[in-house]
Amino acid sequence: MAEVLVYVDHVDGAVRKPTLELLTLARRVGEPVAVALGNGAGDTAATLAEHGAVKVLTHEAAEYADYLVVPKVDALQAAVEAVSPAAVLVPSSAEGKEIAARLALRIGSGIITDAVDLEAGDEGPVATQSVFAASFTTKSRVSKGTPVITVKPNSAAVEAAPAAGAVEALSVTFSAAATGTKVTARTPRESTGRPELTEAAIVVSGGRGVNGAENFAIIEALADSLGAAVGASRAAVDAGWYPHTNQVGQTGKSVSPQLYIASGISGAIQHRAGMQTSKTIVAINKDAEAPIFELVDYGVVGDLFDVVPALTEEINARKG
Amino acid sequence: MSLRIVVTVKYVPDATGDRHFADDLTVDRDDVDGLLSELDEYAVEQALQISENSDDDVEVTVLTVGPEDAKDALRKALSMGADKAIHVEDDDLHGTDAIGTSLVLAKAIEKAGYDLVVSGMASTDGTMGVVPALLAERLGVPQVTLLSEVTVEDGTVKGRRDGDAASEQLEASLPAVVSVTDQSGEARYPSFKGIMAAKKKPVESWDLSDLDIEAEEVGLEGAYTVVDGAAERPARTAGTIVKDEGEGGKQLAEYLASQKFV
Repeated sequence: MAEVLVYVDHVDGAVRKPTLELLTLARRVGEPVAVALGNGAGDTAATLAEHGAVKVLTHEAAEYADYLVVPKVDALQAAVEAVSPAAVLVPSSAEGKEIAARLALRIGSGIITDAVDLEAGDEGPVATQSVFAASFTTKSRVSKGTPVITVKPNSAAVEAAPAAGAVEALSVTFSAAATGTKVTARTPRESTGRPELTEAAIVVSGGRGVNGAENFAIIEALADSLGAAVGASRAAVDAGWYPHTNQVGQTGKSVSPQLYIASGISGAIQHRAGMQTSKTIVAINKDAEAPIFELVDYGVVGDLFDVVPALTEEINARKG
Repeated sequence: MSLRIVVTVKYVPDATGDRHFADDLTVDRDDVDGLLSELDEYAVEQALQISENSDDDVEVTVLTVGPEDAKDALRKALSMGADKAIHVEDDDLHGTDAIGTSLVLAKAIEKAGYDLVVSGMASTDGTMGVVPALLAERLGVPQVTLLSEVTVEDGTVKGRRDGDAASEQLEASLPAVVSVTDQSGEARYPSFKGIMAAKKKPVESWDLSDLDIEAEEVGLEGAYTVVDGAAERPARTAGTIVKDEGEGGKQLAEYLASQKFV
């Protein structure tokens, strides 16, 4: 069976969940060969093997952390040349899309970004995308070269599928461009202890109706009762009530969780663009006419300051 | 010293309009009003700020690839304060994908001459966010992308990139390609004076032959990807809506439990 390269997103050897989802999807179109780069690359092998990687190509070098994007493109290109894969899959993070794009250009291939599903087709992998604020679903494929496809988090359930996961050192020669953009400082994001917004199975978001930074505590309490990530609408972020890194929407992050709970969010098109592919949508809003109610599976017309704490209390009580 | 900045902008269908596909599965541009992509306004703004904060002689050129109407996007950028505009328009461009668009933009940027390219983080229609990286690859210059802060001084561009896991300070020598996020700073509104002045600013029109690009390298024929189908998402079936009369929180918890989220 043809091999499929999967780019591994990891932090010092800890593999992030979207990569495990990619391994599941990769098995539909071939045999997954993982590419892990940078500090801790070798430590990813056991997890990747558990999830179906027949081989893990690793390369550690300071360049991956010290310079932006291009060293990773050089390495992935070396992997493509070593393996001749049927496709290359990359997680749809901001960096992942940039890596994928530059790789596609170099190897003379087309690129599809933000796939929400992937299946084998007669002419190569077929990607499903959700476009125009999720009002349309398209089926696309790459028609030239080796398909390079980035896949959004939460597009597949993670499945264990033990495989050999044999570790092989990847030989990489960095290009002249590799050291073009220097990372002069890096401040790790302070951990909130909550799941990463784009990866979370449940997202609880607050908007204009939350009416103040201090009131986000009740949104956070609900999120914590569900083990969820916290999101915010642009209105809440622009008002300075919550950090931009948590903004859900067209100019923020696009999320696709199993459950999305919108509190005090009216549902402007820009917000809908970032959450409309959520599997189950719940909204709490005082205004019965708020457009968000057009999307919901379950809506409560009411004051979020009454409903959200009551909901949190009830969930905590049920958990015992 | 002089600094030549080229800002790439896109004319996109209004997201608040009813967007859909034409018969050939390209974006239907006839039925929805177009405008300058909101995320590109931030790019224009940052280019103007770099210009205003520089001791050098700075020229800001705004560049777009698109149909006749795309001139509206250029006019908006000119009225904000850009110095001149370039419009690449050619019937053969219809259906061009991101790879092809980056080819046309790169050739136009090279023809125009540049020290710095400034782009928005993504368009608000395709939302791929890959064109700035593709431009850096094609032009063979550093990419300093997704910046929430950007400065240019003494031939060096510096900026802050806020990623999922960390916030990074980046630095590269010019020439370079920069893209900026919506956190980089609110875009200015064109003044009446700016709007009047824009009418007199030069807008050059180039076609594919001006850029030595063959028709088959772009358009639907030149695309590296094929859309085989586009289906309008079925309207969500009407959900349950309850009015909170004291039990709303409990009822919602009940629903979440029934769906196995609790």
